Amino acid sequence: MSQFLWIIIALPLASAVFLHFAGRRIGEPRAGYLATLSVAGSFALALGAALPFFQGESHGVTVNIWEWMPAIGAALEINWDPLAALMTLIITGVGALIHLYAIGYMHGEARFTRFFVYLNLFVASMLTLVLAGNFAMLFMGWELVGLCSFLLISFWSTRPSANAAGKKAFVVNRIGDFGFLVGLMLIFATFSTLSYAGIFERAEEVLSPGMATAIGLLILIGAAGKSAQIPLYVWLPDAMEGPTPVSALIHAATMVTAGVYVIARSAVIFEISPIAGPIVATVGAATALWAATIALAQKDIKRVLAYSTISQLGYMFLAVGAAGHVAGVFHLMTHAFFKALLFLGAGSVIHGMADEQNMEKMGGLRKAMPITAVTMLIGTIAISGIPPLAGFWSKDEILGVAFSRGGWFWVLWIVGLVTALITAFYMTRQFVLVFLGEPRWTEGVHPHESPRTMTLPLIALAGLSIVGGLLNTPFRTALEHFLEPSFELVALTHPPEGLGMFVLLAGLSTLAGLAGAGAAFLTYNRPAELWGRFEAAFGRTWTLWSEGYRVDDLYWATLVKPGLRAAEAAAFRFDTPIIDGAVNGAGRLVRAAASKGRGLQTGMVRSYGALFAAGTVAVIGWIIWRGA
Amino acid sequence: MSLVVTSGWYMTLAAVLFALGALGILIRRNALVMFMCIELMLNAVNLTFVAAGRALGNLDGQLAVFFVLVVAAAEVVVGLAIIVAIFRRRQSASVDELSELAG
Repeated sequence: MSQFLWIIIALPLASAVFLHFAGRRIGEPRAGYLATLSVAGSFALALGAALPFFQGESHGVTVNIWEWMPAIGAALEINWDPLAALMTLIITGVGALIHLYAIGYMHGEARFTRFFVYLNLFVASMLTLVLAGNFAMLFMGWELVGLCSFLLISFWSTRPSANAAGKKAFVVNRIGDFGFLVGLMLIFATFSTLSYAGIFERAEEVLSPGMATAIGLLILIGAAGKSAQIPLYVWLPDAMEGPTPVSALIHAATMVTAGVYVIARSAVIFEISPIAGPIVATVGAATALWAATIALAQKDIKRVLAYSTISQLGYMFLAVGAAGHVAGVFHLMTHAFFKALLFLGAGSVIHGMADEQNMEKMGGLRKAMPITAVTMLIGTIAISGIPPLAGFWSKDEILGVAFSRGGWFWVLWIVGLVTALITAFYMTRQFVLVFLGEPRWTEGVHPHESPRTMTLPLIALAGLSIVGGLLNTPFRTALEHFLEPSFELVALTHPPEGLGMFVLLAGLSTLAGLAGAGAAFLTYNRPAELWGRFEAAFGRTWTLWSEGYRVDDLYWATLVKPGLRAAEAAAFRFDTPIIDGAVNGAGRLVRAAASKGRGLQTGMVRSYGALFAAGTVAVIGWIIWRGA
Repeated sequence: MSLVVTSGWYMTLAAVLFALGALGILIRRNALVMFMCIELMLNAVNLTFVAAGRALGNLDGQLAVFFVLVVAAAEVVVGLAIIVAIFRRRQSASVDELSELAG
């Protein structure tokens, strides 16, 4: 079986290549179905290949496909262990549903097949990232998903804002990638290889705590770029310029979780360092709270979800930073379910409302879009952390992990608890504003339920959002057991043991969720001028939140503008006068010399002959004179 | 008294021939005549080679002459072909008229 693992990556890749060349010929919607089938095929294969892990019979294998750069331990090799298998199942499973959804969502789009080329290419790249058996191949996938993200954010390339957002995502990610790359160089300098096997098994004897901290923090920079954490999160809200299936697949369920995956994969390195883990957790908790407050005041249905994604990724960072890797990966999975669901639901709303994204112009949509409304409600309850839906179990495990680490982590635990309350508030606010109350639609908008290709993935994801959490409850730690072989070299942090502690902690977080949801329901399930007054009561704080703390302005003033100034100075004060001046000066010198010297070339052979003879006589004369 | 022909005579003759050739190149305009002047100069040099070779009792000088002859023959082939081609185009072989490449 293991020698066929490469097909998991090859299937979507082959579909992308085929659609690139023949997509127009097979046309809409068949191109979309082919793309969906290729990803579903990868999912089926991955499921079959993961069977030994379910039965606890295998610890994983590494299959070498091609020796790439043996000197640095870089090969195209597939590392098939439970963590990689779980990631593969999430990517292909959720991915296939989103592909199916996109057939309906992108209907009538001029570049319909092109969209699926990019989407398939993204899935292949993401699988390369998670299935890599060494850091070089991982980095290749890492860059490829960045490229696909760029292509898909600026998919509607006639919109200037989409182009700007794509560029911003690319540049901000480049900053993170730089840190990551330096980290990889440090790893190579320490271990003389980039292969997982050569690094993780020897880490304990080779790696000093100082070096582990340096590597860990550099990996954190890369992860913060890709997973949109403070201070590199600013690209993700703008990335909502892309089509909604892209936001669901790349900017919620899969690509942005790559940072969490890399930290979980490098768990051994983080364990050796005394402070790298706590720093990761602190960045995560800070991001969770920071982004959640911004999400509170957003009017755009997708921007709420974007900031919510940043916030939930913060939770995952908090978990992996506290060495609760299973909790982090668990939340990664449940988040993939409910956030993909919420994004697809939002897409369905936008689709039905004729591209309206402002929630203040929605309201009362539950009658027009019953399936979307019910599935969105499930997603909202799941993310709010209300039992027994998926988000409750995973978020609770993260908070439990933070609590049981103690010390500084108690502060982070409280931050997490507050964030849970805010999360429930803004998600309920969104649901009420969109689906309940009186219609506030603009004239001429006739909302309608979306086609079946779109509602089917919603229903499937809603089902997963309900039951997905039961994979890993304190009473039945199936996921932890499944992932055990991947983390056998690390000491995992567990939530506190005992039913009493569980009830206490879970009760607290459930209370936070219910309080947030209830407050939002009571506030927003009223006429618009009443909740408008509520928001106005916050005054400038609310404005600050709605503008995202004006971080973009800050970056513009402190980083972008000086950068532009420096570039301008280099271009117009150095390049033009000095570099160009030197080049042009050399040219002018030659030209001047030529205009003086051209008289010598008379074209008269006999005058050349005379000069030649005179020269010869002169040289001979000189030789004779010198010899004398 | 008998006239002893020493190598000085040969050298003098060669120098006179060479000077005549060089002068011809500088003052004549016809390419064909200039060409003949070049031949004259080459043969003046050949004469010095042979004379010096005999005076020194050494065959190297005569050997060099063969090289010069071969090169001259090749040069005649190419040069005459060019001159003929130019003449066909312009009905003239005056080198002063061939000054299109003047700066």
